[in-house]
Amino acid sequence: MNSSLVLLWRQIRHQNAMFWRTPVAAFFTLALPLMFLLLFNVIFGGEEVNGTPFAQFFTPAIATFSAVSATFTNLAIGTALSRDLGILKRVRGTPLPPWIYMGGRIGSGVWIASISVVIMFMLGWLIYDVQILWENIAVMVLVFVIGIATFSAFGLAVAAVVRSGEAVPAVAQAIILPMAFISGIFFDTTNSPAWLELVGNIFPLKHFAALFVDSFNPFLTDPVLGWNHIGVMIAWGIASLIVATRFFIWEPNN
Amino acid sequence: MGAVVVTDLTKRYEHVEAIRGISFEVAPGEVFALLGPNGAGKTTTVEILEGYRARSGGSVEVLGFDPWDGGTPYRDRVGIVLQESGLEAAMTVSEALELYGGMYSNRRDTKELIELVGLEDKASERIRTLSGGQRRRLDLALGLVGDPDLIFLDEPTTGFDPSARRRAWELIKDLTSLGKTIILTTHYLDEAQYLADRIAVLSAGKIVAEGTPSELGANAGESTITFLLPGSVGRGDLPSLGSTVDVEGATVSISSADPTQDLHLLTNWAVDRGVSLEQIQVRRPTLEDVYLEIVDEGGNGQ
Ligand SMILES: Nc1ncnc2c1ncn2[C@@H]1O[C@H](COP(=O)(O)OP(=O)(O)OP(=O)(O)O)[C@@H](O)[C@H]1O
Ligand SMILES: [Mg+2]
Repeated sequence: MNSSLVLLWRQIRHQNAMFWRTPVAAFFTLALPLMFLLLFNVIFGGEEVNGTPFAQFFTPAIATFSAVSATFTNLAIGTALSRDLGILKRVRGTPLPPWIYMGGRIGSGVWIASISVVIMFMLGWLIYDVQILWENIAVMVLVFVIGIATFSAFGLAVAAVVRSGEAVPAVAQAIILPMAFISGIFFDTTNSPAWLELVGNIFPLKHFAALFVDSFNPFLTDPVLGWNHIGVMIAWGIASLIVATRFFIWEPNN
Repeated sequence: MGAVVVTDLTKRYEHVEAIRGISFEVAPGEVFALLGPNGAGKTTTVEILEGYRARSGGSVEVLGFDPWDGGTPYRDRVGIVLQESGLEAAMTVSEALELYGGMYSNRRDTKELIELVGLEDKASERIRTLSGGQRRRLDLALGLVGDPDLIFLDEPTTGFDPSARRRAWELIKDLTSLGKTIILTTHYLDEAQYLADRIAVLSAGKIVAEGTPSELGANAGESTITFLLPGSVGRGDLPSLGSTVDVEGATVSISSADPTQDLHLLTNWAVDRGVSLEQIQVRRPTLEDVYLEIVDEGGNGQ
């Protein structure tokens, strides 16, 4: 089993190297959310909520989005592209267990998501005085881990169901952008129509963002871990995992 | 016992009956070549043996495994060069060999493999910068990186320049001297002739001929005598030889079951008439002639 871990580690490093050597991927995953962060601050300027800068709330929301880009979007598109190129087919002809290959992709996505989120908070702290609430750190990390696990599985499920590598980027964006809008990532949704609230509640992003933002909310004194939120995420994670393992194909579809 | 035993194999795709009941055996250490026109079912057969595709009927055993559920232990012992497959363009040649080599329990040295396929100059270049033939050579190296007992080569030398092809042939010959079993598909008949111990010709999903290269050649019977028709004689002046005589432009070709006899008659006739038979030659049928003949028959038969 030791050797499985070695193989997994090599795959993670390999996927990671490929990511950094593909500047477009690196740009969309890392730079784009940072641009959002800067733009938001231009728009909301020095607004404050009871003396706390507004950035304390939108920084974790955008960090959620960047974590989702690094896992969901990155995995869906990257896996489908590699499949189209016949890379997955080649891998399938080696003794590398499939789960280790996928584990490598997920591991690298998680690593990039972590980097992205850390950069975001560093910037938030430096420029906008965003504070990490250290008493909530355990909750924050737990939410982050469950969130990226869910969205990794979701990304692979999309690559499993959509077989054409050309269609996957469009499908992935068509899923994640509307979801971000109704999930309170870019603006507060408490005043939106009830049905839209409801739709937002069905999908996992709103729950991920809500919990993550809550763990940065200095006004919440009660335990911030909402089990219903966690429940929805885990349900999506498991459902995605089932879809991904059930329908995934390794050969190009042509 | 055979390294590969295929019995009554069939494969249907949605609209095509790609393999229609084929059987063959490959002994350990043997080089077995599958020939046949485009769409004959070579890749389908090989990919069933590799464990990529499920069969519709029949049985398949490779190194004692059923490839379809052989999993990791099976793939650890075979090397696969697919007709088409991709590689991460951002990797370098030696990184690819390191990464893929690390997946096998036995592995061959990266540097040694790079030399073997002649990519020394490209070892630390990104794969995206390789030419088509160079990529194919890397494919070949990757097929060998796990030091496999059995190697599948689906059109391995397509896109190679003549010297790279020669080199690949020597490489494959060397593998057989190490006792490796090789299953090869190719469209190059000289390749099959040079490398294969046994050849099966597939046509429309059936094996239409099988044997050693010389057996296949021997069955093909007739030799061909060609020469240029002397300007002073017409076609009707030629002696009757009891063989088929074709005249195309000035070139006469005679399909002869008994070339010694026919040649004798022809030259006597020419000497008597005082004409010379320019560019006269006798040609034994090549594997290519045999192949074309077999495949034509197979094609008519469906
Ligand atoms: N995945 C597939 N789905 C449907 N039909 C297929 C599939 N793969 C192959 N076929 C069909 O099966 C037949 C055999 O194809 P195969 O690829 O095995 O031929 P081949 O002998 O390797 O040809 P080539 O020399 O062109 O490589 C063809 O008619 C092809 O169209
Ligand atoms: Mg083929």
